[in-house]
Amino acid sequence: MPVEIVTGNHAAGYTLAVAGEANRNARGATCGIYPITPQTEIVEKVAAFPFTKGRVVPVESEHSAMGVAIGGSLGGARSFTASSSNGLAYMVENIMVAGFYRLPIVMVAVNRTLGPPWNIWADQGDTLMLRDFPWIQFYCSDNQEVTDLTMLAFRLAEDHRILLPVLVSMDAFILSHTLQETDLPTQEQADRYLPDLELPHRMRHDDPKTLGGLVWPDATTTLRMESHEAMLQVPAAYEQCRTTFKDVFGRDPGAALDTFHTDDADTVLVASGTVATTAREVVKRRRAAGEKVGLVKIRMFRPFPEQALRDACASAVKVGVLDRDYAAGVGGVWWQDTRAAFQGRRDDLLIQGYLVGIGGGDVTPETVDRVLDDLGGRDAAGGPVWTDMKPEEVVA
Amino acid sequence: MSTAIEERGMPEGAGVLTAIPEIPCTEDCLLRPGNTNCGGCGMSIGLTMLGRALAEANETAMFAIPACCGAVTAGAFPTTSYGVPTVNTTFAAAPAVASGLAAVRDMNGESGQVVVWAGDGGTYDIGMATLSAAAERNENIIYICYDNEIYGNTGGQRSSATPPGARTTTTPEGKREDKKDIIGIMAAHGVPYAATLSMAHPADFRRKLMHAFQTEGMSFLLIHSPCPTGWKSEPGDSVELVRLAVRSGLFPLYEVFEGKRWRINTEPDGADPAEYYKRQRRFKLEDLDLDTTRRVCAERFERLKKMAEVFPA
Repeated sequence: MPVEIVTGNHAAGYTLAVAGEANRNARGATCGIYPITPQTEIVEKVAAFPFTKGRVVPVESEHSAMGVAIGGSLGGARSFTASSSNGLAYMVENIMVAGFYRLPIVMVAVNRTLGPPWNIWADQGDTLMLRDFPWIQFYCSDNQEVTDLTMLAFRLAEDHRILLPVLVSMDAFILSHTLQETDLPTQEQADRYLPDLELPHRMRHDDPKTLGGLVWPDATTTLRMESHEAMLQVPAAYEQCRTTFKDVFGRDPGAALDTFHTDDADTVLVASGTVATTAREVVKRRRAAGEKVGLVKIRMFRPFPEQALRDACASAVKVGVLDRDYAAGVGGVWWQDTRAAFQGRRDDLLIQGYLVGIGGGDVTPETVDRVLDDLGGRDAAGGPVWTDMKPEEVVA
Repeated sequence: MSTAIEERGMPEGAGVLTAIPEIPCTEDCLLRPGNTNCGGCGMSIGLTMLGRALAEANETAMFAIPACCGAVTAGAFPTTSYGVPTVNTTFAAAPAVASGLAAVRDMNGESGQVVVWAGDGGTYDIGMATLSAAAERNENIIYICYDNEIYGNTGGQRSSATPPGARTTTTPEGKREDKKDIIGIMAAHGVPYAATLSMAHPADFRRKLMHAFQTEGMSFLLIHSPCPTGWKSEPGDSVELVRLAVRSGLFPLYEVFEGKRWRINTEPDGADPAEYYKRQRRFKLEDLDLDTTRRVCAERFERLKKMAEVFPA
């Protein structure tokens, strides 16, 4: 397909649909759909797609949208949905079920501030809320990544070593409603990239089983450990999916994380989503001015690429983590995970958290400059810095 | 149940978790022997009758079961009392999950019923929106609510299916409100088939299941399901109690087709509802306003009769 100029929502909806269609010679596709700003265009796109073997079920809530995906997946169909913000919160119970039932469901989420207050703009707090469920999580910086990671997500999820659902996230409006040149997959490419789905534990009359019944603590522990083992296999499986992706689509969907000027950096920023793109420009400018700064852009949040992050920060003495999210009483979620990655290994490393663009505020190059200036002047890490607040507004 | 196990003997290598012997799974043992349901459990009788109807019709089924006693019925992993593929869903999600299963079945041209097996809490209360939506979409599923008028699994709390006067752990002085008219609600959705079923009327019960198997689109079946534990009744009285409920007009047996045509299956014979109440310690006879109950029952039946006369099936 020639490169098209599309929104992130268009890219996601279209990619979900062709991925579903690619299972037409197996057990087809199912999708539960429910609107919520700013993802609605995704489910509209899916609803309009002429599936050969697929059913799009317009349900009454996000809870049921995931319910339909669960039922469809248990029936052996490639299943997916999309949601955002409070919709994800309403869906949480079934999101958890999809993970613990080891169903290869793919969900695209548009990151929107959880309400209250009523706010439709970008904030990752909604999907990060799901961090402790057995879901693989990706964060995208442009519409090409939205397309590529959504496509890759199915192959990864359906890998029999993995069998975990995948969440693909993009920032509200900054990607969801912004037109960008995007190389969209053709149906022929999707057909080549995605093998027919064969769910080993699908419900079948010739082998009746009861799923989700009472399980004693020891067997429950085993099941949790198996989810964990599957998570641990994700990085290697992801790399294989990435290699095959390059063969079929002729481009690289990217590693679990990208590094930019980190090799000799004394100061490294850690960012995700569109914030990482802005940070990249600032790092580029500061490098030109002779500063030894670098950037790590994390694409895969779950499982968290701890080792790659440690490697990327090998020369650093200071790390600044940019969080467009807020965990009550703590600060940023990415900051917490970054600190955990270095815990007991690099106690010399100063890791400072910065809350940026909370509730969808603009994260400009000046924002990142303020972060780097603050980081440069520090000799110890402190509590999270509310970067968007004027100094006089900050309550110490 | 223990007799059945003893007769069949313990399997090779039986341990604590395999105390229930392997029983060859066929459609006629939808509910396998060895389950832990209470004596006199109406739900168990309903499952057995459903299993027999499926076998008789040469049908298979898949179960989507929300949180309820039906979920516990399966027993502990790795054994299960269900002889059909079964998924336990979240409390409110069963009709949505069933919609997904039915969609895949239909798009692959496969046979077999997709059945939601749910209690009254999952139907009248927490699952109402999901059920309503599935009914509005006319999903090709059979929704069976075994209505024991209580949250039985959690020890007997009121639901919106609990009848007035019934004492539960959350209505210690007796519930004040009436039950929801769930068949009226489903009929208002225009589902192809909605019916009430009583295990004291097995031929009628069986016929309604058979009709549901043949129905394209959604069937909603309501089973009056005695719960000796929650109703504080004798297990041996279970069938007699639901028979009395039909005879006295407390639980009329009728069908509604497409929300447009009504059929009454059994006329109440004038039995006194007091007989029904007396045999359950969840009711305190002296606290009940039986005159009102008799009047409400009579009025409800008159209304049904009118509907069946003016809009006959």
